[in-house]
Amino acid sequence: MANHYYNAEDLGKFSSVGEYQKPMADKFFAWYGEVFAEGNLTAREKSLIALAVAHAVQCPYCIDAYSSDAFEKGWSEGQMMEAIHVASAIKGGAALVHGVQMMNKVKEIAM
Amino acid sequence: MKSLKAQHHILSDTHEQIEILEHGINHDDSFKLIPFQQKMEEAGLFPLRPTGLEIFQINVGKMCNQVCKHCHVDAGPDRKEIMTRETMQQCLDILAANPSFKIVDLTGGAPELNPDFRWFVEKIKELDKHIIVRCNLTIILANKRFNDLPQFFKQHSIEVVSSLPFYSRDRTDRQRGNGVFEDSIKALQMLNAVGYGKEGSRLKLNLVYNPAGAFLPPSQEILEKEFKTTLKKDFDIDFHSLYAITNLPISRFLDYLLQSGNYEKYMEKLVAAYNPVAAAKVMCRNTLSIGWDGFIYDCDFNQMLDMKVDCSAHHISQFSDTVLSNRNIVINQHCYGCTAGAGSSCGGAVA
Repeated sequence: MANHYYNAEDLGKFSSVGEYQKPMADKFFAWYGEVFAEGNLTAREKSLIALAVAHAVQCPYCIDAYSSDAFEKGWSEGQMMEAIHVASAIKGGAALVHGVQMMNKVKEIAM
Repeated sequence: MKSLKAQHHILSDTHEQIEILEHGINHDDSFKLIPFQQKMEEAGLFPLRPTGLEIFQINVGKMCNQVCKHCHVDAGPDRKEIMTRETMQQCLDILAANPSFKIVDLTGGAPELNPDFRWFVEKIKELDKHIIVRCNLTIILANKRFNDLPQFFKQHSIEVVSSLPFYSRDRTDRQRGNGVFEDSIKALQMLNAVGYGKEGSRLKLNLVYNPAGAFLPPSQEILEKEFKTTLKKDFDIDFHSLYAITNLPISRFLDYLLQSGNYEKYMEKLVAAYNPVAAAKVMCRNTLSIGWDGFIYDCDFNQMLDMKVDCSAHHISQFSDTVLSNRNIVINQHCYGCTAGAGSSCGGAVA
């Protein structure tokens, strides 16, 4: 077993997942390509969304890839950090809003 | 900021640059890339041969009012290399005798800083050639004597190609120096005011994008739309085409790559993005590049690496269309910059 879980070089090997299951990998990469193409949203807008989501799902590969991609597509450092704050606010809010559930439960059982 | 030459920087020695490109940072081959020649052989493009002598690109001097961080010329106010009127006359004689050259592309430094620039333009125009001037925009505002350049360009139907690395102040100034964005915007408005860049106008105004960092340009087509939308909305500026140009690992951009620890990754990125379709369309196949002192090169990048044409016609005094048409184009590892992705030339993407 490897002595570490993440290796930056593994990002470049992403397409090798097709070695064990080619038809599904082919579908995934074709779909992925279509998702990020120009559409009702620009490829540039999608890149910033991807950067934010990458932080929400805390994927180091995605963070590397979309930090470069978003900067290359012209987003400024400030804009990129605000996008990450949006992701963080949703993640934080998602935790905190469950506080209502906690309150409901406590109110149910407390005297 | 001083030029590398004025700093007596080790990279002002072109041999040092070539050593790094061929053998890595420590010259010890510990970082090896596939030789560019091998890639060209695989594509059936070696030796690389000219397709014609169509564009006569003249570097009229290395003096510039700006000191951009990515400049492959290492241009700046401290560079004194300037083409003389005698050398210009030799260029004019060649242009008069060789009708295959339809386009004369004037570059520098800031070409307008050559004291004979206007005389040269007028003489080229008498030969009925299409003229491109690579204008850095800020020169128009650098001194009162340059304020009438838009009118001068218009009078001679010059195509203006201008660098504007981005449509935001921050990214432009980081690459080209503080205040460059603001002056560039004013200069573009002055060019628009005399009719440049307007839809349907014969007065062509094209912009050049190059990445402000160690990465490749995004899609030229998409970027052009974004430039057009933003420049129109924010500054009421119009232009025709956007050329996305890749930075080649030469001179000050090479220095940046080395200083920032990006050299090896950037080279790997260029090699990984090698595109044989772009390789077949590289600009050196229909262009000659003339240095301020009259020496002949395959392109402006080879010129800055002092890699002269590989034939007996080294200098304009020895010009021979037959010899130059039958030469093999000189290539090296920096050429990966022109063949990456959609390719890169002085006219932007090629594939």
